[in-house]
Amino acid sequence: MQFFGGSEISPSPPVPTASGNNAYMLYIFNRNGVCLLYREWNRPLKTLNSHQDHKLMFGLLFSLKSLTAKMDPTCVDKGNLGVPQLPGQGCSFHSFRTNTYKLSFMESPSGIKIILVTHPRTGDLRESLKYIYNLYVEYVVKNPLYSPGTPIR
Amino acid sequence: MAAIYSLYIINKSGGLIFYKDYGSAGRMDTNDSLRLASLWHSMHAISQQLSPVSGCMGIELLQADTFDLHCFQSLTGTKFFVVCEPGTPHMEGLLKHIYELYTDYVLKNPFYEMEMPIRCELFDVNLAQAVQKDRVALLGR
Repeated sequence: MQFFGGSEISPSPPVPTASGNNAYMLYIFNRNGVCLLYREWNRPLKTLNSHQDHKLMFGLLFSLKSLTAKMDPTCVDKGNLGVPQLPGQGCSFHSFRTNTYKLSFMESPSGIKIILVTHPRTGDLRESLKYIYNLYVEYVVKNPLYSPGTPIR
Repeated sequence: MAAIYSLYIINKSGGLIFYKDYGSAGRMDTNDSLRLASLWHSMHAISQQLSPVSGCMGIELLQADTFDLHCFQSLTGTKFFVVCEPGTPHMEGLLKHIYELYTDYVLKNPFYEMEMPIRCELFDVNLAQAVQKDRVALLGR
């Protein structure tokens, strides 16, 4: 993935992996489920058309967040399952791993969700996701020609 | 201090057949645990569909802020998952051990009906021993 020069942005970019492109796909969703950005670098298996794929991904994340909030063993008082949660309220997951891929997830306080699908043996990608979020803030939100809620061009 | 918070076993259709809580603050009543188990079953299936490469067997590990969830799926579709503290080691081994206990004390029990909730005393006893041994091993580091 092409990282822009680090001098304009305050956090330093994460160290790139030796093998170059490690990621399979990247999704960015906003609060309402609109897919703002979808990039794929390596996806041998495509089962659904892109619209359904985005909806399925958003639905999976929404339900998983609701599941982790309810299943949180350290919190005594929880809402019922299915109650929409504010971003940051309740325990949220940051990644899950299957035998073929690892999905890393980050949600900003404004409800912007960033998802990165990578090789299963990837380490903790939270710093990289924060970096991507900062790029989003710098180049997308501050762009005067961008209207929020529409796909990023 | 428990390293494991709870254990769930779900059958191949997604119904909860066993739930044991080992000391989480958010102890759940039966209905909630049933709903969560079915939800997990569906999430497991959807995650297989979203895989970029073929051959995905579903979620094995889910990492959240305050807990980790390890899941083991047998070849028949029965899922065993355990909610534990973040970074608890050897959970896969424990899940496989629990699977062995399940085959020995539940499946070989002639009075046990398939896909029904587990009510086998020997299974409970041996499971408690296995978890206790695991807890002692972890605390005695």
